[in-house]
Amino acid sequence: MTGPAPGQVTAPEIDRLEGKDVSTNSLKASTDRGRAGDKIFSGISLAAGVLILAVLFSVAVFLLVQAAPTFVADPAEVTGGNGFTAYILPIVIGTVVAATIALLIATPVGIAVALFISHYAPRRFSRAFGYVIDLLAAIPSVIYGAWGYIVLAPQLAKVYTWLAENLGWIPFFTGPASQTGKTMLTAGIVLAVMVIPIITSLSREIFLQTPNLHEEAALAMGATRWEMVRMAVLPFARPGIISATMLGLGRALGETMAVALVLSPGALVASLVKSGNQTIAAEIALNFPEAFGLRLNELIAAGLVLFVITLIVNMIARFIITRHQEFSGAN
Amino acid sequence: MSKRIDVKDLNVYYSKFLAVEDVNINIEARSVTAFIGPSGCGKSTFLRTLNRMHEVIPGARVEGEVLLDGDNLYDSAVDPVSVRGQIGMVFQRPNPFPTMSIRDNVLAGVKLNNRRISKSDADSLVEKSLQGANLWNEVKDRLGRPGSGLSGGQQQRLCIARAIAVSPQVILMDEPCSALDPISTLAIEDLINELKSEYTVVIVTHNMQQAARVSDKTAFFNIAGTGKPGKLIEYGDTTTIFNKPAVQATEDYVSGRFG
Ligand SMILES: Nc1ncnc2c1ncn2[C@@H]1O[C@H](COP(=O)(O)OP(=O)(O)OP(=O)(O)O)[C@@H](O)[C@H]1O
Ligand SMILES: [Mg+2]
Repeated sequence: MTGPAPGQVTAPEIDRLEGKDVSTNSLKASTDRGRAGDKIFSGISLAAGVLILAVLFSVAVFLLVQAAPTFVADPAEVTGGNGFTAYILPIVIGTVVAATIALLIATPVGIAVALFISHYAPRRFSRAFGYVIDLLAAIPSVIYGAWGYIVLAPQLAKVYTWLAENLGWIPFFTGPASQTGKTMLTAGIVLAVMVIPIITSLSREIFLQTPNLHEEAALAMGATRWEMVRMAVLPFARPGIISATMLGLGRALGETMAVALVLSPGALVASLVKSGNQTIAAEIALNFPEAFGLRLNELIAAGLVLFVITLIVNMIARFIITRHQEFSGAN
Repeated sequence: MSKRIDVKDLNVYYSKFLAVEDVNINIEARSVTAFIGPSGCGKSTFLRTLNRMHEVIPGARVEGEVLLDGDNLYDSAVDPVSVRGQIGMVFQRPNPFPTMSIRDNVLAGVKLNNRRISKSDADSLVEKSLQGANLWNEVKDRLGRPGSGLSGGQQQRLCIARAIAVSPQVILMDEPCSALDPISTLAIEDLINELKSEYTVVIVTHNMQQAARVSDKTAFFNIAGTGKPGKLIEYGDTTTIFNKPAVQATEDYVSGRFG
């Protein structure tokens, strides 16, 4: 490339001398291409975001407005006759107990199965196994409920009788055990079975994403496979495991059909092998069709409580994840 | 500490593909040996067979013997885990554990071997290893911070500290400087020079000057064409390989007249 000879005045320079706008910055040239796409896309995202917020807001308003009469009603008129708190507390506890049982079983099992698939099973086998797990996650809950009702509960009834006889001194296993097996523990176990595929499927994805770099770092200094998993895989997957567990918890908390099928509801009892106890979701589903007036408001208020529980649980999970952000390797 | 390595008639396969053929090499204790050669000639592959890290790759296997002071790594009763405890490795890309602090990174290997280590022993080991890796002064005030917060060069020295913390017999390094700037590279080269008083060091490098600067002996690997196995062409004192190589291919490669 040859520039203008020294001393020679180029055309743009003449323009500049004459005071015209002659920026030679070629980057200023307009690039209309692609701009329209950007605008349309940002418009769509904005609209979608606003829509989601609007729906959320309207749900929240609906819950609050419909639930409100319950809180101001005469305590004697609320189901149970002792006000809303006395009505809701036992089923809040029931909900939390069912979800806790489910997670206590499902989290370790889910993680173990996911690790087996991602790091222990032979390759070909592990892929097939993964598909099966994904399939299990897609089975509708009513099917799990029916299975729990017909197959699992009668089997567990025998176990419960044994537990009540031999470990009855533990409050959780106080007899007499339910003869049908339709108890809180059964509900928790069925929920666990439903939640395991979710936790497994998500955890497996995360385990597979563990950077090779870090797995090799662990192996190269003489770690066994299990030590490598503990050193490189699990710490890396921690936030993902928490998220997976939360999704599972969401399903366990909100599960209606399965619980309704495998639990004979009743008053709050400490024993997990007797019939009794109830969860919020099942309570709503069982009573909603016939409810009207204040009863309807009550059930919606129960829904509001469930909503708040889920929100709190999610906030705790967020908190746990962000607390360790610094060590996540994201920096 | 530090042992010699003798390799006898080693072939390395990836499933059916013969990647490295018939390598015989004797690596002295307390020396630095450099592996050089064009891309794809099997330097990394061969290096990984020296601590059985190739076994991590599905389908990879070897024939032949690798003797560590006379003991065959591939004896059927030998556990690869104990081999790797004695023969450490530093990788091309720095790989400190992101979820661990600097201190825990250094101690990671030690905690595998003996779980109970007193706090004072751990402290002195962390200091000694980081001193050994020329990193102590830069990180001594932030041992509790994540290792991933360091610069690339510092991270690589942290990885070296982690490797020497377990007092290995041999340290293998696969292009340890290729992701680093010239200053960090020099820092690591200085470190390698110091390490050889205590350890047997084997380093793969694409940088001729680096090989010339740090190594006592140099091995030149080459490949006849794609799909052909890599071979050890010439092995000797670094000065000889760079100034008076016996093989024409070596001379072409070290003088940059390759290909
Ligand atoms: N995981 C693998 N599976 C199959 N073949 C592989 C694998 N890794 C390497 N190879 C093959 O083995 C041969 C040697 O590769 P290797 O990585 O050892 O070369 P290298 O000398 O280290 O090259 P570079 O200098 O680029 O790092 C190449 O042909 C390569 O394609
Ligand atoms: Mg390589």
